Amino acid sequence: MGNRVGIIGVGQTHHAAKRLDASGTELISEAVSRALDDAEITLDQIDAIVVGNMDHFENVNYVDMWATDGLGACMKPVFKVTTGGTTGTTLGACGYYHTGSGIFDTVLAVGWEKNSESDTQAAIATCANPVLERDPFAGAIGPLATEYSMYMSVYGATQEDAAIVAVRDRNNALNNPYAHNQMKVTVEDVMNSPMLSFPIKLLDICPRSDGACAVIFAAEEKAKALCPRPAWVHASVVRHDYTHFGDLEWQWMPTLERASEAAYKLAGITDPLNEFDVAELYIPASTCGVKWMDSLWFCERGGAPELIRKGTLEMDGQLPVNPSGGVIATNPIGATGLIRVGEAAWQVMGKAGDHQVLDVNKALVTGFGGCSWSDVMILGADLP
Amino acid sequence: MDRVAVIGVGQTKYEKGKRETFSELVYEVVTKALEDAGITIEDVDNIVSVSSDFWDGRTISSMAIQDAAGAFGKDITTVEGDGTFGALYGAMRLLSGNFGVGIVVAHHKGTESSMSGITNTSFDPLVERRLGLDAVTSAALQARRYMDRWGILEEQIAPVSVKNHGNAKRNPLAMLPMDITVEDVMNSPMMSTPLKKLDCSAPTDGACALILAAPHEAKQLSTHKKRVWLNGVGHCSDAFHMGDRDLSDTRALKKAAEAAYVMAGLEPSDIDVAEVYDAFTYMELMWLEGLGFCDDGMGAEYLERGVFDADGELPVNPSGGRLSANPVQVAGLACMAECVLQLRGEAGEHQVEEARTALAHGINGMCGQSHCVWIMGK
Amino acid sequence: MADWKDEVEEIVFDGKICVPYSWTVGSTLSKWYGIMRDDAEIWANRCPSCEMVFVPPRKKCIYCYEDMNEWVKLPGTGILETYTVVEHPEPGVYPRETPFIYGIIKMDGADTGLVHFIEGVEPDKVKSGIEVEAVMSKEREGNLMDIECFRPVD
Repeated sequence: MGNRVGIIGVGQTHHAAKRLDASGTELISEAVSRALDDAEITLDQIDAIVVGNMDHFENVNYVDMWATDGLGACMKPVFKVTTGGTTGTTLGACGYYHTGSGIFDTVLAVGWEKNSESDTQAAIATCANPVLERDPFAGAIGPLATEYSMYMSVYGATQEDAAIVAVRDRNNALNNPYAHNQMKVTVEDVMNSPMLSFPIKLLDICPRSDGACAVIFAAEEKAKALCPRPAWVHASVVRHDYTHFGDLEWQWMPTLERASEAAYKLAGITDPLNEFDVAELYIPASTCGVKWMDSLWFCERGGAPELIRKGTLEMDGQLPVNPSGGVIATNPIGATGLIRVGEAAWQVMGKAGDHQVLDVNKALVTGFGGCSWSDVMILGADLP
Repeated sequence: MDRVAVIGVGQTKYEKGKRETFSELVYEVVTKALEDAGITIEDVDNIVSVSSDFWDGRTISSMAIQDAAGAFGKDITTVEGDGTFGALYGAMRLLSGNFGVGIVVAHHKGTESSMSGITNTSFDPLVERRLGLDAVTSAALQARRYMDRWGILEEQIAPVSVKNHGNAKRNPLAMLPMDITVEDVMNSPMMSTPLKKLDCSAPTDGACALILAAPHEAKQLSTHKKRVWLNGVGHCSDAFHMGDRDLSDTRALKKAAEAAYVMAGLEPSDIDVAEVYDAFTYMELMWLEGLGFCDDGMGAEYLERGVFDADGELPVNPSGGRLSANPVQVAGLACMAECVLQLRGEAGEHQVEEARTALAHGINGMCGQSHCVWIMGK
Repeated sequence: MADWKDEVEEIVFDGKICVPYSWTVGSTLSKWYGIMRDDAEIWANRCPSCEMVFVPPRKKCIYCYEDMNEWVKLPGTGILETYTVVEHPEPGVYPRETPFIYGIIKMDGADTGLVHFIEGVEPDKVKSGIEVEAVMSKEREGNLMDIECFRPVD
């Protein structure tokens, strides 16, 4: 039961702090057109569409309905999924299940956000329980800063370790024409940037971007017919945690441990650091790019700082992480996770241009959001 | 193609001003659905919640209900829209072969917010939103167009309200059981012509959960008596801007229904009972036409002949419909839950005789822009 | 056993999500509103493939998904396709005092309709199918309210 599924096309906008020339639906249409061109198919060949973003960032209810013009969804099946920061990877999973179900052959998944249109932190603050936590512990930086300060005190990680991650992702972005922040930085630059919430500084954290991403999924036979080298979906796993921030485990990332463990099992991965050729990870702050590496089973708990210092996850290291520049360079929230999926697919398809890693057979994708939820997707050049 | 089964349902009573928080409502229906299926949360490997940040008044509103849905450590995701679309995603996940048993759960506390203000945000902020359009006024534009096109009078849509509020008297979960006449509907306060208060559904609180199972698990975990199969599904969206559509046209519904009928290998005449999205009286007639139960423009005449009555040829909304309880998002899932009860013969006083095949319907967006149609059977 | 909930005096928090928004209008609608503001004219755009004319204009045809770069000026008249007289007030949402009239106007020279206010006709006299024309606002700011309303053609 169930179809095997491959990704056959990816499109994204040139992400920017503010895209004045394009409304939300127009931004979507740019990404969709590029994905169709990338797959060398037309909209007629799309059987169903799924779209996602975060409602309160643009204040549009029923976005799947409103975005019809941009999606090309008029007289087509469409619905919306949304899960906060994980929305993009949720969209990837949703495109996969659409085609895997056997109901649809070719499916378009579209994530987008115009972060420039609202006060992102004010909007995110409303995710906290209005009766318990919204007043004292809202916004995205607080929880991330808290977890890393704990990780530093327990495992001896440093602010400089995080800065190395920021430098890696930001400098990788220089090779990606779609990336939002294009600036060469050094560890000193990161260390000297303004402190936002100890230990997270301005250059450690992701920006707010306007952008959209579209990924086309196809069922096995269709994928083989339409695409010379599809990126096959080997696993898609989601794990959630508690509802309240106060209940969370801050020393490691239980959801990422569980999600990656389950995904590795599905894909037959036993030595992730060796078996993956590239990873596009949802790292919203450089600090996560240190601490969460433990939870991806790249090393023992507390081993991540060593990996970072040795350069294992650099472009020329054992496992290049975020050749695209990642979330720290580009963050149109509803699209961010889907960009990870799309970038990893391009790496497998050999279409990543100047940031292509050589001979990618297996790629790892993660998504992060909500109350420390984790999504993991594994793509590969061989049929699963 | 493989089919997914519904092996458990749970619903709250639908009412105004519920004292429970919406996560408590979710907990109530998930617990009921698990009990109904005779399984525990350990048997469940994935969850689809149906939430809306707008109605819930918080962003990432799925965060607020995941523990209540039993999602800790599980694969959970969120569909925003009507519950029928949540069920669709739930079924897709099972059909993909990745999961065995899933919960689809929707909640709504319509009485905590402003229906008009929230539905106004469905309109394009760049164009029509400034006009102040909302669910009622846009539906009124559609009703007028539909009635003008087919020469239908207000007195001819009013009986939908009489029928459905009457049906609600036999459904203990319905919010608005009422003994009313066409005259009562006609004399109720005018909202936006031609729609009067009793032509419109009212804000409602409630939740509903379905337990879905892949074929193998369905047969292992459930008995023939409890199992209801999802035999066909289709969904489709029309254009967004109201001016792009002929609002009296049901082409998107027709396409969705066609897909569902083809997948189920059935025709409209095979359906024994239907739960359709009657947020407004005229909608029930339009959707029945779009679903192929009668020709376009003939709904009112069929209604008058009693075809859609509880004891008619095709009972429509024996639960009392959305006119008697309209928890948005939950609504279409409640249609499916009602169909499950009907097919199991467990609908109590509102049981339709010999119901073997049922149709459930949900909509997204204003004026039924997008539709999801389910065909279910024993 | 007595239900402890019977003893509870339940508390309700009032809230309002107040997040400021600045919606990007985009090049296509910016051009449309710009012409409306500066020249008091209503324009539309045409699909190069199916030749459908859209008002408000779109970047792409909703059917053919082709970019639309051909602009056409509309006469500003049209046929009232449907209407509603709004009687129940909704303060904070409806910008007019009830009763007022919404209509969808199938615009002459275009294949789509515009939603707007209908004025200059008594609520009990308005009918579908009447010919209406746009009344442009005197003070125009580049938004949909640059059209004040549509009213019946004498």
